[in-house]
Parts: sequence; C-alpha cells; structure tokens
Amino acid sequence: MLYTILVFAPLVGALIAGLFGRMIGDRASQVVTCGFMALSAACAIASFFLNIYGEPFKVVLFDWIVVGSFDTQWALRIDGLSASMMLVVSFISFLIHVYSVGYMAEDASIPRFMSYLSLFTFAMLMLVTSDNLIQLFFGWEGVGVASYLLIGFWYDRASACAAAMKAFIVNRVGDFGLILGIAACYLVFDSVQYDVIFANAASFADSTIVVFGYEFNTLTIIGVLLFIGAMGKSAQLGLHTWLPDAMEGPTPVSALIHAATMVTAGVFLVARFSPLYEYAPTALAMVAFIGASTAFFAATIGMVQNDIKRVIAYSTCSQLGYMFFACGVSAYSAGVFHLFTHAFFKALLFLGAGSVIHAMHHEQDMRKMGGIWNKIPITYAMMWIGSLALMGIPFFAGYYSKDAILEAAWASHAPFARYAFWLGIGAAFLTAFYSGRLLWLTFHGTPRADHHTMEHVHESPMVMLVPLFCLAGGALFAGWLAQGMIAPDAAWWSGAIFMRGEPNILEELHHVPTLVRFAPLIVGVAGFGLSLVLYLLVPSVPGRIAAALRPVYLFLLNKWYFDELYDRIFVQPAKAVGSVFWRGGDGLVIDGFGPDGVAAATGRLARQTARLQTGYVYHYAFAMLIGVAALVTWYLFFVR
Amino acid sequence: MSDWPLLSLVTFLPLLGAAIILVIRGDGEVVIRNARSVALWTSGVTFLLSLFLVAGFDPAQPGFQFVERAQWLPGLGVEYHMGIDGISLWFIPLSALLTVLVVVGSWYSVEHRVKEYMVAFLVMDSLMIGVFCALDMVLFYVFFEAILIPMYLIIGIWGGPRRIYASFKFFLYTLAGSVLFLIAILAIFLETGTTDLAVLQNAEIPLSMQYWLWIAMFAAFAVKVPMWPFHTWLPDAHVEAPTGGSVLLAGVLLKLGGYGFLRFSVPMLPEASAYFAPFVFTLSAIAVVYTSLVALVQQDMKKLIAYSSVAHMGLVTIGCFTPNALGIQGSVVQMLSHGVVSAALFMVVGVVYDRIHSREIARYGGLADRMPIYAVIFLFFSMASVGLPGTSGFVGEVMVIVGVFQVNSWVAALAATGMILGAAYMLWLYRRVIFGTITRDDLKSIKDLRWNEMVAFAPLVLLTLWLGIYPVFFTRPMEPAVAHLIQQTQTVDTAAVAGE
Repeated sequence: MLYTILVFAPLVGALIAGLFGRMIGDRASQVVTCGFMALSAACAIASFFLNIYGEPFKVVLFDWIVVGSFDTQWALRIDGLSASMMLVVSFISFLIHVYSVGYMAEDASIPRFMSYLSLFTFAMLMLVTSDNLIQLFFGWEGVGVASYLLIGFWYDRASACAAAMKAFIVNRVGDFGLILGIAACYLVFDSVQYDVIFANAASFADSTIVVFGYEFNTLTIIGVLLFIGAMGKSAQLGLHTWLPDAMEGPTPVSALIHAATMVTAGVFLVARFSPLYEYAPTALAMVAFIGASTAFFAATIGMVQNDIKRVIAYSTCSQLGYMFFACGVSAYSAGVFHLFTHAFFKALLFLGAGSVIHAMHHEQDMRKMGGIWNKIPITYAMMWIGSLALMGIPFFAGYYSKDAILEAAWASHAPFARYAFWLGIGAAFLTAFYSGRLLWLTFHGTPRADHHTMEHVHESPMVMLVPLFCLAGGALFAGWLAQGMIAPDAAWWSGAIFMRGEPNILEELHHVPTLVRFAPLIVGVAGFGLSLVLYLLVPSVPGRIAAALRPVYLFLLNKWYFDELYDRIFVQPAKAVGSVFWRGGDGLVIDGFGPDGVAAATGRLARQTARLQTGYVYHYAFAMLIGVAALVTWYLFFVR
Repeated sequence: MSDWPLLSLVTFLPLLGAAIILVIRGDGEVVIRNARSVALWTSGVTFLLSLFLVAGFDPAQPGFQFVERAQWLPGLGVEYHMGIDGISLWFIPLSALLTVLVVVGSWYSVEHRVKEYMVAFLVMDSLMIGVFCALDMVLFYVFFEAILIPMYLIIGIWGGPRRIYASFKFFLYTLAGSVLFLIAILAIFLETGTTDLAVLQNAEIPLSMQYWLWIAMFAAFAVKVPMWPFHTWLPDAHVEAPTGGSVLLAGVLLKLGGYGFLRFSVPMLPEASAYFAPFVFTLSAIAVVYTSLVALVQQDMKKLIAYSSVAHMGLVTIGCFTPNALGIQGSVVQMLSHGVVSAALFMVVGVVYDRIHSREIARYGGLADRMPIYAVIFLFFSMASVGLPGTSGFVGEVMVIVGVFQVNSWVAALAATGMILGAAYMLWLYRRVIFGTITRDDLKSIKDLRWNEMVAFAPLVLLTLWLGIYPVFFTRPMEPAVAHLIQQTQTVDTAAVAGE
C-alpha cells in the first residue's frame, strides 16, 4: 500500500489539477498537487529507510500484456536501487512543486503546469519501479511526453514549440534502439521480466546471435541497443542536441526534468542492467567511451555559452557523461551515487538560476547581469553552495561521488578506462572554470543590466527560497550521508547492482596513488582560479582570447555545429525524400501506371474499338470474309 | 437470451432502421429530426446488443460461437452460416460503436440530404457487422462487396469538390481486387466442395494451387488494407469523404484487409502464406517508411492522417504473417487500436473542418488558446497514434515489433522507424494546428467542442486507454483462435522439415 500510494499519488494530483483545474481554480490546484506530492515524498522517505540494505520484493498490480511467455504486469519492484531513485524523484519533485507555486505565480495556466509536473513525477516513478522492460518503456515514454509538454508549456513561443518537438523526436531515436533491445532480450531470454533476464544473463556470456544479418555477441548487441535508448534520454554525445534547447521550458522544469531526474533515467537503466552489462564488456566499453567523450565535449561548450540556463544544461550533459563512464568501468554504484548527489546540487543550481532570472525580469543572458550579489544575497549563497558541490570541492556532495568515479576510472582495467580518466580530469577542470565564470558573470563585476531592471532586482519569496534551503542541505550533506552507496559489498542496493571481479572495482578504487586522489581537486582549484582571473580580475582578457581564437570560439559557441549537421543530413533530406515519394512515387509512378494509367488506357482502347464500328456494311462484310477465309485455312491445314 | 439469433439480430437491425427511415414522410424539418433519432436509436441498440456478444463469449472455448445456420443455396451447399471467434469478436462492437458516434458527431454538421445520409450509414453498419459474422465464403463475399456501395455513395454525395474522382477510384480499385477474390472463392469451392469457412479453416489445399489462390486473395486484401503500392486510393477517398465516411473507412473498412488475411490466407493457405511472408514483410516495411515520409510533407490534415493510416496498417500486415502468437495478436490489437485512434483523428479534423471549412494545415495555428478541450483531445489521440505506452497504439505496435523480431530483425527495425517518423509528422501537425499564436480573425472566435462532439469522443478515449492499460481483456478471448492459426502455420514448418 505504501508503495502504491508513493507511485500513484502524483497521478491523482495530476488528474485532479489537469481535468478540473479550471473548475477548482489556481490555488486549489496548487494545494492538491503539492499535497499529493508531499504524501508521495513522505512515503518515499519511509520506503528509502525501509529498503536500502533490505530484501528486494515486488508489488504486482495487475496484468498488462500477456501473450504466452511475453508476460508483463503492472508491478512495482522495490529494492535498494529503486528506493534510492524514488527518494530522489519524489523528494525533489515535491520541492519543485512548492518552488513552482512562487515561480509561476503570474502565469495564466497554473493548473496545467502543476498537472504536468505531477504527471511527470508519476511516469518517472513508474520507470524506476519497473519490473520488466515494457513497464520501463512506459515510464520512459511517459516522462518523454511530460517533458514535451513542459518544454512546450509556453506554446505561443515558436522556439519553445520547436524545442519540445525536438526533445521528443530525438528521444524517439533513442527509443528506437531501446525497443529493438527489448525485442532482442525477448528473443534471447524468452521473457521481458528483469528476474528472468538477470538470472540467465551469465549463461549467454559467450554466445552469439544473428541479428540484422550479422553474427553478434548476444549480450553485446543487447547492451548496445539498450544503451542507445539511454543515450537518447540522457543526452549523450550524438543524441544530446535536445537538452540545451529544452531550456525553453520554465526553469522549475529544467531543474526537475532536465537535471535531477528524467535525464538520469539512462544511467538508471545501465545500472539496473548491471547483471547483463557485466557480461558484455564490449557494450561497457562503448558506455565508457561515449560517457567520457560527452563529459568532456559538453564541458567545452559550457565554457562559452552566455545563457545562464544553457551553461547549466551543458554542465548536466557533462555530469551525465561522468555517471555513464562510471558505469562503463563497472563502478555502477559510483555512477548512481553521483546521480544521487548531482540531483540535489544541480536542482539547486537551476532553481538558483531561476531565482536570478525571476529577480532580473526574465533575463537569462549573463552578459546583461552582473553586480547583483548584494541585492539577492540568499540566492547568491545558494548558487555558491551548488557550484562548489558541482566542482567537487571537498566535503560538498559532489566531491564524494566525483572522486569515486575518477578513482574508479583510474583503478579499472576496462577498455577506455584511462581515456575516461583523462577526459574526466579535463572535464573537471572545465567544470570548475565554467562554474566560476557563471558566478562572476552573474553576480559580480559592473552591473550590465539597464537601470530599470537593476532597480527592481529583488530576493525571491520564501516559497521559492525554502526549497532552495532544502536542496542546499542536500548539496552539503547528501554525499557524506550516502557514502554507503559505494561500499564495496554493495549491500545498500539489496542485490540490484552486480559487479564481477575479486576484489571489485569499489574495493580497488581505494588503492589508487595519492596524486590521482588529489588530481580532481587540483584541476578544480586551477580551473576556478583561472575563471577568477579572467572574469573578475582582468575582465578584458576573455574577449581578446575569443577574438584571437575566433574559429575555435565560434565552433564551441555553435555547439560543434551538431544542429546544423543534423538538419542537413536528417531533417532536410527526410522532407525532400517525402516530397519525392509523394509527388513522384505516388503521383507519377503509382497513380500514373496504376489507377489513372489504367483508366486512361481503358479510355483509349475503348475509343479505338469504337472506331472499328464504322457503320458501313461493306466494312463488316469484308471483316467477315477475312474471318471465314482464316477459319477455312486453319481447318484445312491444321485440323486435318 | 442464448437461444436468440443474436448475430442475425445485430447484423440486420440497422437495416431495419434504414427501412424505417426510408418510409418516413412529412415536413422537411420533421423528417430530418425523425431520421436522426431513428438512426441514433437503431445504431445504439445494435451497439448494446453487440455488447451481449462480448458478455456471452466464452474466451476459453475454441472454434466459433453464436453459430447460426440456415439453408441458402442448397444445390451448391452454400449456407447462411454466421458465427464469431476471438478474432472477429471485437470488430462487431467496434463497427457498431463507430456508427453510433458517426450519427452523434454529424448531428449538427450534416444538413444536406440527412435522411439518405442516415440510411447510408445504417446500411453500412449492417454490412460491416455482417462481414465479420459471415462463415460462408459466398456470404462473406456478398457483405464484403456490398459495403462498397454505401461507401461509394457516401463519398460521392456528401464528399468534397473532387468527390467523383475519389469515389470512382475507390470503387473501381477495390472492385478490381475483389474480382480475383471471387475467382479464388470459386476455385476453392471446386477444389474442396465446400464454401463453409469453419470447415475451410483446416482445409488442405494442394500446394500448386495455394500459390495462385494466395495471389488472388492478396489482390483483394492488399487493396483494402491498403498495402503499398496499392494505397493511392486511400488519401483521395479520405480527403473527399465526409467526416463520417472517413471514420468508418479508417475505422472498419481497412480492417477487412487484415481480417481477410487472418480468416482466409493464413489458415487456408498456410504454406503459401509462409512462402509469401517475406514479400508481405517487404511491402509492409516499405509502407511504414515510405508513407511516413510522405505524411511528413502533407499540407492537408486529412491526407496526413490518411498516409499515417497506411503506415500503421503496415504493422498490421507484418503481424498477420508473423508466425507467432505475439505477432498475430499484435496485428489484431493494432487493427482495433487503429480503428479507434484513426477514427478519432478523423473526427478531430472534422471538428475544425465543420467550423472553418478548410483542411489546410497552414490555415490554422494557435487553437490551444480558444479550444483547450479540443487541444487535449487532439493531443491524446496524436499520442495514441504515435504509440505512447498506456494507449492502445503502443500495445499493438510493441507486440508486432517484438513478434516479428523473432523471425526477422530487419523488418522489426524498419517497422520501428515508424516510431520516430510517426512522432515527427504527428507532432509537427499538432504544433502547426494547436500551438503558436492565432493570426486569423475567424480563428479568434472559434468555439470549443460542442456537447455532441464530446459525447462522440468520450468512448474512444475510454477505449484507447482500456486497450492500452488492460489489453488482456481484449487479447484473452483471441487466444484459442490465434493458437489455431499458429498451429496451421506450424504444420508448415514440420512439413518443411519432413521434406528436407
């Protein structure tokens, strides 16, 4: 019952606010959705303490699709992993519901917004508690739709509509891989239930399977296909283009969906499938490679963006890369640990940014900010806490998880582990740099906003600040409190996360050289120091660097030209081919030779036949004569 | 109740209603009002009676149920033989329901020749139900062909500007396919000496004959589905047809193709079906990719949805020829789902067409502002069309894709591209119609859904969710029938193995 309430309370709230929102009004919608979310969060906290280090079990609700061995139920799978995820999702979602009451106070469609938020939370909870791949897919797509709706919340803005569509469609590209992965799982394991798949994964370790006409290692192909799904949802290199655009949505959405929860679903998927990935080293290598590359790539772009939310968005993309390469070197626990801490400090950063944007009259361009730290001191302090946690400064939450990931990468012998380590170190430097840049540009220096805006810069109301305090608490202490996650015995997860190797990677990471241990801190301080010099002490330098390295700057500013590239090779050709198929294929070829052609030919034939009927008796007599002659000839020569 | 000839009752009740409407006499207004209420009552009662079929159907029992037999052409052994199994069961309430919704939905929007309009739809209702109940080839053929007539009239009389071209194309195209089907029926009769479908489900027809028969039947069913490249009649027919016509065309008539494959081709000609399966897969996979791309560039809402229908029906034909329960059940679920969702989408287009009299996408924009309920309904069915889990679209799609992956991963992959492309064209349509800001004056005063429109949408919303969340309710009664089909296809495998 506890778990059913936990998962379904947000749905109830969403339905009430969504269907009857206009009847019951704004205030009631806020109360209802926040109330049900509070209920869910309370259950999540209870379930967290009940189930970490506990025994896994499941709550079966009812049958879904049942055809022979394709046997799926609506069920809630409760173990250390899902309990931890539920805590993150429900608790942060609750805080963001509350924050939204303040942030969206002047919006015209509050019930709709609250309803979407709750709907999202429900879908996310279904995802993390899924017991089979099909329910996972339900949650997976459900959060996708909620994300679509929330990005396009301000539907009168063309850019928001475009971003919403892009998010959904790019995610669908990933889902294409995921659904084929599910189909492959069913082919191999004759089931889509986690229990069956995980129990039998090892026995398929070295088997092969013919898919798409080629022979693949069974688990590798499944792992790769599932990971393609994860790449879409978690905005990894290649399928990342939707995430920065998703910042078109209201800021609380960015905090909840595009930082703390939904985008981490991919990491969750890989961690959940650790019993399978552990026997698929090639797939893991791909995870490590893509993760590390994304971590670095996104950080390079984050350095030069001017929109405060986009900087944080690229930062999210980069941090997700860390989580993935942690999984890629078998340190799944460390990946999920980072997911856990990141959820707090990244939500804090986004909500802090939202508070800044709120104060600046919806200005998001950091070039038009500056010099406001003493006007909004609480927000300022919160942003510092979030940034320090993100940089991995000791004893903040991010420090514990990021260090564990980098140490694991060093200690691992998996392919691409060293690659991941070095790019991870590089990304840590860049992270500190762009975090510092964000702080200096936003809060310090000479005020660059116009006079009117500066006069009205104001601290946010308590309803927005209290959630910030809670998240700041998380950003300060979550790492220290949840260290049990990366204990080598993995008892925290109650069997959900599986690692091979004796001693396993979480044991080995304690034996890395001291220099490696301090490397993240060193580069972090260096990066932060550099940003201090460039953006606070000598603010003329960045402009000069950008001018000197203009091609590089433009390349980074334009996000490595991914959008342009995809437009050229996918979007435009698809439309062109569609036109050709329509006008040429359907219009000219099929109709031309098919119905229209046949109709025209029939008409021609009929006209020509009609011409034979001249009406002159001698024509008919002549034809008869020829006919008789032919018949007689045939009779004489052939029949006899 | 069980002694009643329930199937005949359900089949011919609408015809009775049509007859009653025909004899209504009197003042113009009165006739119209009476015609509407007679149509509503008869179609409504028919639907309720069809629910008795669902209630009385025994899901565990194999074979046909509610069987009725009567002599018809005794010299030829042709009987009036009616009965249903798990495959045909759901199509009867679906047809009956959609007819009710068409009557309700056109309550205000059809003002021209109302009496004849209602007669045409009630006759359609009768014939659609009949075709799914018929268990004799000749009887089936009569219903199968007769449906063309009311539909032809519906498009030709109440259609748009190019209705004559569209109705001829529709009629002749489908008729051309059916001629071959008639020959196939004759050939089967001559070979086996029976026209009884229940007997023929286990027919053993010589291999050499199977191939020719299969091709002849394929011609009829592929045009109906329609499969690529026999689909070009569909966009024209849909665009010109009135909303009600499109609803039944997409909702039920297209399913006759898939139903035909499952009732005729697969069980009667199992070897040929296995032999031609790759061919069907190829055409279907092309259909998914090709028509999805074409849908992407459409400027007419109805054409876009018509093309998306072809793509979705591609999954159906893939499922029909997938030799496992997942694929075949998936194809039936996909047919039901498409019957509900595409019917609803055509109604969605009909709503704005009634108000603005344009189907051009560019003509709209920003409707969310003035029509919030409409925006929600539109979004809901767009998502169902895209195959969002929790809606019916997903269940059919995932069953077919996972099912066919077991035999051919390429086909599964190509079918799955429909997920991406489908999202692209539906969301783009939605964005252009619903999102954005209103620029045109006539859109500023547009009204949200009327009561009769909401009543018409409500059951479809319910069904979409029901099929999406608890599909077991619908698939369980299919199991014995599908198991029988699988058994038929598996005899092929064993025969093939024995032959090697």
